[in-house]
Amino acid sequence: MIHFTVNGKPASTDAPPATPLLWVIREGLKLRGTKYGCGAGLCGACMVHIDGKRAFSCQTQMDQVSGKSVTTIEGLSDDSSHPVQKAWLAEKVPQCGYCQSGQIMSAADLLKHKSHPTREEIVEFMSAHICRCGTYPRILRAIERAAQEA
Amino acid sequence: MNEILSPKQFGFSRRGFMIGAAGLSFAFAFHTKLAEAASPAAAIAGKALSPWASIEPDGTIFIMSPATEMGQGSMTSLPLIFAEELDADWGKVRIVPAPVIEKIYGNPGFGGMMYTAGSNAVRSYYKPLRNFGAQVRRVLLDNAAEHWNVPMDELSTEPGLVVHAKSGHKIGYGEIASFAKAPAKAPRITPWELKKEKDFRLIGKDVLRVELPNKINGTARYSIDVEAPGMIYGTIVRSPVEGGTPDKFDEAKVKAVPGVLSTVRLPYGIGVLADTAWAAFAGQDAVKQSITWHRTGKAWGFDSDKGMAAFAADARNLKVHVTSDWFKQGDAAGELAKVATVIDAEYQCDYAYHAQMEPLNSVASVSASDDSVEVWCGSQSQTMAIEAPAKALGISRDKVNLNYLLMGGGFGRRGHRDEEFIVDSVLLSKAAKRPVKMMWTREDDVHNGRLRPMTAHYLRAGLDPSGKIIAWHQRLVGDRVTPYQDPVRYKAAKQKDFILMLGVELRSYDIPNQYCGQVYRDTGVRTSSLRGIGFTANKFVTEAFLDEIALKRGIDPVKLRLELLKNTPRGRAVVERVAEMAKWGRKPAEGHALGFAFIDYSDSLLGGIAEISVDGTSGNIKVHDFWCAMDCGRPVQPDNVVAQTQSSIVYGLGMALTERITIKDGRIQQSNFYDYTVMRMRDVPQLHIELLATGNPPTGAGQMGTPLVAPAINNAFAALTGKRLRETPMTPDRVRRALA
Repeated sequence: MIHFTVNGKPASTDAPPATPLLWVIREGLKLRGTKYGCGAGLCGACMVHIDGKRAFSCQTQMDQVSGKSVTTIEGLSDDSSHPVQKAWLAEKVPQCGYCQSGQIMSAADLLKHKSHPTREEIVEFMSAHICRCGTYPRILRAIERAAQEA
Repeated sequence: MNEILSPKQFGFSRRGFMIGAAGLSFAFAFHTKLAEAASPAAAIAGKALSPWASIEPDGTIFIMSPATEMGQGSMTSLPLIFAEELDADWGKVRIVPAPVIEKIYGNPGFGGMMYTAGSNAVRSYYKPLRNFGAQVRRVLLDNAAEHWNVPMDELSTEPGLVVHAKSGHKIGYGEIASFAKAPAKAPRITPWELKKEKDFRLIGKDVLRVELPNKINGTARYSIDVEAPGMIYGTIVRSPVEGGTPDKFDEAKVKAVPGVLSTVRLPYGIGVLADTAWAAFAGQDAVKQSITWHRTGKAWGFDSDKGMAAFAADARNLKVHVTSDWFKQGDAAGELAKVATVIDAEYQCDYAYHAQMEPLNSVASVSASDDSVEVWCGSQSQTMAIEAPAKALGISRDKVNLNYLLMGGGFGRRGHRDEEFIVDSVLLSKAAKRPVKMMWTREDDVHNGRLRPMTAHYLRAGLDPSGKIIAWHQRLVGDRVTPYQDPVRYKAAKQKDFILMLGVELRSYDIPNQYCGQVYRDTGVRTSSLRGIGFTANKFVTEAFLDEIALKRGIDPVKLRLELLKNTPRGRAVVERVAEMAKWGRKPAEGHALGFAFIDYSDSLLGGIAEISVDGTSGNIKVHDFWCAMDCGRPVQPDNVVAQTQSSIVYGLGMALTERITIKDGRIQQSNFYDYTVMRMRDVPQLHIELLATGNPPTGAGQMGTPLVAPAINNAFAALTGKRLRETPMTPDRVRRALA
């Protein structure tokens, strides 16, 4: 049994130690805002925070999570009030929306560690993600807005 | 907040709908008690004045959404068109996914099927939805007139209210609904009774898309998120080649994986059932390690490099007969024999993959006696998503209970008649006797991909002594798409392969003699409509070839288009506007060049300009800016049209620069985003998009930018280097070869 914390609450799983955190979050804990896109750390749909820093949950084995604190999109705010979420809505970013939880988690991490990133820094940081709907121009605008309004 | 409710929450039984709608496309007065879920006040009787809408006594208006939602926004824009003519208070509108009743909700653009594709939802539903909305408004006016005992022509509406200006009386739609009597027959609305554009409160004004609040907090629900009571997990190893059947695999090893419950032998692959998702994936890995295949099916042995060489040889060899004349206007071949100058060119376009972000999946629960099924899936067609499981189980379609959810991207992948990924879940659930969540991995999604077809093109243009293009002759060699993707629509289209061929016609250009012949080659490779369909390849080759002609004639490419568009004023307008936006004709920065393209697509018109530079060592093409002017008639939701155009241009960049599927021995060689590279934020240029809003009815807006990109980049490359790239994608190795 592996014990850890999700969105501030204690959690545990009997999944094998090599199981990706992603599947434990989604199908074990039923927190389905975090998405499966590639299973290979290439698209960022599965992005969560582990001990306050972004991590590909599909590339994180359960035995690496033991005792750690995981935050998912469901734990970012109770009421969509995180500045990044508000900016996302103001800029009408999502289209299909499938990748957006992961994008938002990355953007929140970026702004937490650097409150006013340059455009180049945003582009580099967010290029870990894929949005097949191509919402990139709006993601960029939303992060700049969130940096301004936070 | 405009909530989205499921038809079940809404509480209309399918039977109730069928009775209410019998014989009339517009059925009044089937008083239906709304379910508690739809109305917290519980058991308030709303009044369904049309199968499209129901009005609650508190003024809440439920409007049906007939389209599926994959990010394009139809779930908002179609109900909004209805709400406009009803003069509804948008804040009180609740949107309900329509039940699957084609007679009422079918897409007029697809022969009445419920199907969302081809950028035609707004285009096809625009007129009927305005009419339906206006009919319901009329019923409310009639009832208010009777209630106040005043002539109806003294009444007007404000959002959600009927107003009698003379007396100052106002009454809410909800209050009218509580006493309204519905007429036996739907009122007739003449076109001049519809709202004038100047009176629009919703059309042309941006509202927040109804599902967006759920897409920023993880609550938007896709089929992969479904939790069916008692469900287990399923994976599947499908034959790498269409028609292949499984031979042997190490079943004991698969069953030894902890959590694996059983394996399922299907005609086309091996399924794995497991207690947990991770066990299902581990079991699938074990199948993959040992499975062998019977080489039934056609594509075994096919090699896309050799195939392309053969396609190209057949394209340029005029002695190879065409399999069908796709398009004919005047006498292109006859004129070519007579003209002063003939210019010819060859182009080739590779296979490409949809890469929607949500790998395909579906949840099914087949009843114990195999005579009914509940399905949760994301499909572009509710009709297909009901018919395919019915066919798979040999049951009637009323025994399929469909829940259609948001889609993590569609791009044409989820509109195949056989809906094979849905059937996967149905067959696994049938074997399991339990609900099954069936998931493909990303690798499955690529390997089971249905591709934008590979094509080779040979073009000839005949010019008179003044340089005017008199004749245009094309031959296109490629796999077929339509008969594979959708035999029903193929038959209905009189066996025309429109998904492959559309876009070769130069309808907007003044070229009197045109011909395009199709030479099809059935390789057995799985093919599909992919965002932009035939237009992406076909507009690439025609617009690049026109650029070649312009250069040979020593005439400016924009000027050539303006000449050719002499009978298409809306086309000239987008060309002139985009040239202004990009300051066409200026001297670009050192090492940069501009390229131009024009396309007409689903009656929308677009001009595009790319500014690029090239790194000669790496072979990378960098796109710095992309300008696009588009006329898609009246944009129902302008900001969303801009968003869709940003999206389709980014998609087109991938098609133009990096996205390439290759095939060896019939198998797709790529596996995931490391060898199938799509655009990321760092790859995206500055996008400058303008809509030329005309009073024309709305036309396609969801994918029009995709085919615009490759020719604009190709033409910029020629302007910069003097070399012509003859293939898409324009990958670094191809660029290096061209520059060597």
